[in-house]
Order: sequence, then structure tokens, then C-alpha cells
Amino acid sequence: MNDAQMIHTDLDSVLSAEELTAIDRELSHVPYKSGAAIDALKIVQAKRGWISDQSLQAIAKYLEMSAEELEGIATFYNLIYRRPVGKKVILFCDSVSCWICGCDGIKQKITDVLGINYGETTEDKEYSLIPVPCLGACDKAPVMMVGDDLVTHLDDAKIDELFTDKAKYSGGNT
Amino acid sequence: MEKVLTRNIGADLKPTDLKAYEANGGYRGLRKALAGLSPKDCQDVISASNLRGRGGAGFPTGMKWSFVPMDDRCTPGHKYLVCNADEMEPGAFKDRLLMECDPHQLIEGMILSAYTIGADISYIFIRGEYVAAIQRLRDALAECYNAGYLGDNILGSTFSLNMYVHPSAGRYICGEETALINALEGKRANPRAKPPFPQVSGLWGRPTIVNNVETLCNISHIIDRGADWFNTLGVGEDSGTKMFGVSGRVNNPGCWELPMGTPIREIIEHHAGGMQQGLQLKGFLPGGGSTDFLTDKHLDLAMDYNVIGKAGSRMGTGTIIILDDQTCPVGMVLNLIRFFAHESCGFCTPCRDGLPWSRQVLEDIESGRGHAEDLDTLAYQVGYIGTIGNTHCALAPGAMEPLQSALKYFRDDFERHIYGGCCPYNTARRA
Ligand SMILES: Cc1cc2nc3c(=O)[nH]c(=O)nc-3n(C[C@H](O)[C@H](O)[C@H](O)COP(=O)(O)O)c2cc1C
Ligand code: SF4
Ligand code: FES
Repeated sequence: MNDAQMIHTDLDSVLSAEELTAIDRELSHVPYKSGAAIDALKIVQAKRGWISDQSLQAIAKYLEMSAEELEGIATFYNLIYRRPVGKKVILFCDSVSCWICGCDGIKQKITDVLGINYGETTEDKEYSLIPVPCLGACDKAPVMMVGDDLVTHLDDAKIDELFTDKAKYSGGNT
Repeated sequence: MEKVLTRNIGADLKPTDLKAYEANGGYRGLRKALAGLSPKDCQDVISASNLRGRGGAGFPTGMKWSFVPMDDRCTPGHKYLVCNADEMEPGAFKDRLLMECDPHQLIEGMILSAYTIGADISYIFIRGEYVAAIQRLRDALAECYNAGYLGDNILGSTFSLNMYVHPSAGRYICGEETALINALEGKRANPRAKPPFPQVSGLWGRPTIVNNVETLCNISHIIDRGADWFNTLGVGEDSGTKMFGVSGRVNNPGCWELPMGTPIREIIEHHAGGMQQGLQLKGFLPGGGSTDFLTDKHLDLAMDYNVIGKAGSRMGTGTIIILDDQTCPVGMVLNLIRFFAHESCGFCTPCRDGLPWSRQVLEDIESGRGHAEDLDTLAYQVGYIGTIGNTHCALAPGAMEPLQSALKYFRDDFERHIYGGCCPYNTARRA
């Protein structure tokens, strides 16, 4: 078996049966396979947390498109992660209303408490910090998402509460 | 005032389920249409209601729909109705509320809109961060399929429709309707050239209508109660009610349903409770981050599309962002331009290269490294990037709106930065 063949056999076993079923379901809605590209990326990311090179190649092969083309799509969208992220992603709103209400100071506070900047992940792999466009909660500014939870009316005390005593953090809208 | 869009939204913000929605007149509009109105009848009612799109541009909805080829004029195949629930405009926060609290209102509006244009497939394209709204819409869709409001032969009629919730993978540009269509097709979300317009050739090359969440939420009420009723709701030129919002340092930031044409002063001073203690209003963006600044001289204007347009701005999303007298206008514009530069899809040069250039000049000014010529440079950029037609879509011209009006109203602030060698506001480390 030469190298090229080997890569191919490997790629065929990358995606789980469950992932393939979910991708097939999306394929039934689209007239050609590459039309399900973003959905497939999301499906694979859902369980694995991010899209590795190997996942990317496997999806591309399954959708009969080039890995380069899929890479162009994957890197375009900011909720597709091409690098490993923490268990919870902090999507920090740095748009205009949150800025007026002091989000720069809150961002600094997060960096002080967690020791990470934008694009970084804590050493214990719990949190990654990523800026996000206006979260549509400007009347409760400053705001951010921690995992699936929206956290509003941020101030330094709330950041301390969320991240220094993790056991206390129950999530949810505050 | 009669509540229309928020009739099912209580102070507790609890989502309305199918039973509660039906109990308050829900799906009555749909029953009425399927029992006796043709698609053409429905379109005529929407046209006569003078409903204008709530996504930002204010395009008349009935007219938009009239470009969709109907019956024999349409080649066989699918037609699509897409709800634009991408809501990422900085400072916009109205669609979230409508979807989280009353998902069926949107769905009924979409079923009726699909019926009117003859669509058989519909998507709710929603930003991925709206986790609660996505779940509630999915729950509501399941209720609809069970109750026969979606699927084959809806309520025993010949009309069939499938509806899907499609969470986006991110990026502001996906809200531009042709970029949205590319995203739905699994591609990079670059806007498409127009023509052809989506009404004729949109998703997968088929006729497609893209409407904003709030626009679609109006439809069932108009069909149920008629165009005349809708026309009486506004207190100014435009018809209906509107979700208006205020963010920034006011006492009671929030989002309220009010008559179209409500004076800006009433929204800011009464509903938003006025400025926080010790702050004065310096200016405001009337409809999100890509609208021109207005100032206290404009407070008595009515929130109507043409009134705000004549004052030199746009009603946009109707969500007002307040600039107070202790927040740096240059810093605020820099924040906006940084956003737009970051969100540029990169397709055309004036936007891809021009917005980072504007950002650079503003960064220099804000940090006290600016020069007198910088103001000419900014004016040049506004003239070039801000001209519709020089760019492939409206993102870049929209980005220039707050900048050009800031140069007009707050020029002395720019000059104080340049000649004083630092930011006189020191907002950077506030909080
Ligand atoms: C850069 C850009 C972003 C946009 N984002 C949104 C959005 O998030 N939601 C929306 O409804 N319209 C958005 N629009 C406007 C849409 O292109 C389109 O006009 C709108 O969805 C039409 O709906 P309407 O006729 O019901 O207003 C955006 C436009 C541009 C240029
Ligand atoms: S104006 Fe900006 S966002 Fe629009 S097509 Fe050009 S580069 Fe893309
Ligand atoms: S600006 Fe932060 S939520 Fe809108």
C-alpha cells in the first residue's frame, strides 16, 4: 500500500458512524454534497470541540470537495474552531454598547483572573477567550457568553465570582 | 397603545407555547388565509398595509414580494422563504426578544409569507449564539408539525411547507441577504452581485425572499386584522408599531414596542428613563452601528423612515445607541470601524483595505499620535468608501456613516485629540 492510499483509508475511519448519519441527514436537503460543508463542520465540532486537520480532510473527502476549499470555508466562520479550545468558550462582546458601558475594563479583569488574552486557552483547558460581535443584549451591557450561557451586567465582582470560585458558577442569566 | 408584536410577551419574558399562543388569537390569520384568501389577496393586503422591512433598509415588503414569479410565470421547482435572524449589527437587540419570547408569532408570519410567495421550503437563519432562541424555535416547530400547521396539506389545504432552523457559524456579513444565501449553500459568505435579485434567483438559483424577524412577525396580524387597522397604528408617516430600543448610559436601557413615528425624545427620556446621573446626551445613533449620528437638536423628530432620512441618518434597526458627554466620540467611532474592518468579508478592495486604513488613522488620533492632515484623510475615505457602488455590498458604506457624521458634529473632539496629543476623555480604563 503506498502513502496516498494509506491516507485515504485512514481518512475513511476518522468520522464516527453517528457523525456520518448526521451529515447524511444534512445531505438530503442539499442539491450537491459541498452544500452541506458548514453543517458537516458543525456536526464534527459538536462532539470534538474543534476541527483538526484530519477531521477537515475527512469531511472534505466525504463531501467530495478539496481540503483547500473546505479550509477556506472553515476559516471564514468565527464559530468554527481550527484550533483546540477550552471546555467552555468565553465569547466576549467588545461591540459599541458594551464598550460604552466599560467592557475594556472587564476584559482586562478576565485577563488578570484567568491569565488569558483573546485567542488563548487557560492551562487547565477550561476556558478560551474570544471576542464576538454584539450579542444582541446591549441593554444589559457589558455582556458575554460562557459556553451556552449569556452573562449580563458584568462587573469586576461578577468576574471574580465566575472564575475564581468555579464551584459557585451555575451559569444562566443574571 | 395596543400591543401587537409583544402581546404575548409578559414581564417575566416566559416563552409562549402553542396553547397559549392559540388562546390569544394565534394561527387565526393563517386559518383565515387558507380558508378564503388567495396568495394574491394576501400580497395585496401586505402592500396596502405599507409595511416596510425592519431589517434596516426599510424596503416595502409587499413590493419586495411582488418580484417573485408566481404560478405559470415560475419554472417548476422550489421557492424559498428565509428569515434573517442573524442580528449582529452593533447595538441591535430586538429580534432576540421576539424569538425567545414568542416563537410562534414568527413561525405563523413565515407560514403566511411562504403561502403568499408560493414557497414550499423555509429557513430561519439564526446566529449560533442565540442558543435559547434556537431551542425555543425548534420546540415550536415540533408543536406546529404535530398540530398540522406545517408539513403536507396544512390545515387540510393544498398548501404544504417545511421549515428548518439553521444556526449560522458566525460572521456579521452573513446578515447581508445574498451573503446569507451563500452561507445557506455551505459556501463562504461573500455577498453576491445583484442583479439577479434573490426574488428571481436566490438559494440554489431559485426564487427566494429574505425578510427580517420583526418584519415577518407583523404578517399574521396584518392578514388577520387588515391593512386599514395596521395603517392606524403609526402616529406619524409610517404604519404599524416598531420595536425601539435604547442602549448606552441611560437609566433604563431596554427594548419596547411603540407606535411608528414615536418621537425620539419620548423613547430616550420616558422609556429609557433619561441619562444616568451626571451625564449629558451628546449624540446618538438612531438605528444601530451603521447609521449616522444625530444630536440633541434632533430629539423631537419622529422615528419614521423618511423623517430620520431627511435629518441625514437612517432609522436602521430602530435600536438607539447613546453617546454621553463623558464618552469619547473618537473612541466610539474607532470601536465601530474596528468592528467593520474585522467583519469585512474581504471581497472588494475599498472595504478590505480601506477600513483597516480608517481604523489606523483613528487609532493614531485616539492615542494622541494624530496629525492635522488626518482629518482630510478621513474625509477622503468617507467620500470613497462611503459611496454606494464603489463597494460590492453595503457593509463598507454603512461603516462610514458614523464616521462621516462624527466628523461633522464632533470635529472639535477630533481636533482636541490631535492638538492636545492625547484623548481628553480617558475612557480606555473606565469601568
Ligand atoms: C452587512 C449587512 C448586515 C446585515 N445584517 C442584517 C441582519 O443581521 N438582520 C437583518 O434582518 N438584516 C440584515 N441586513 C439587511 C439584509 O441584507 C436585508 O436587507 C434584510 O434582511 C431584508 O429584510 P427586510 O426587508 O424584512 O428588512 C444586513 C445588511 C448588510 C449590508
Ligand atoms: S463591502 Fe466589504 S463586506 Fe461587502 S463585499 Fe466588499 S469586502 Fe465584502
Ligand atoms: S454591544 Fe454588546 S451586546 Fe450589543
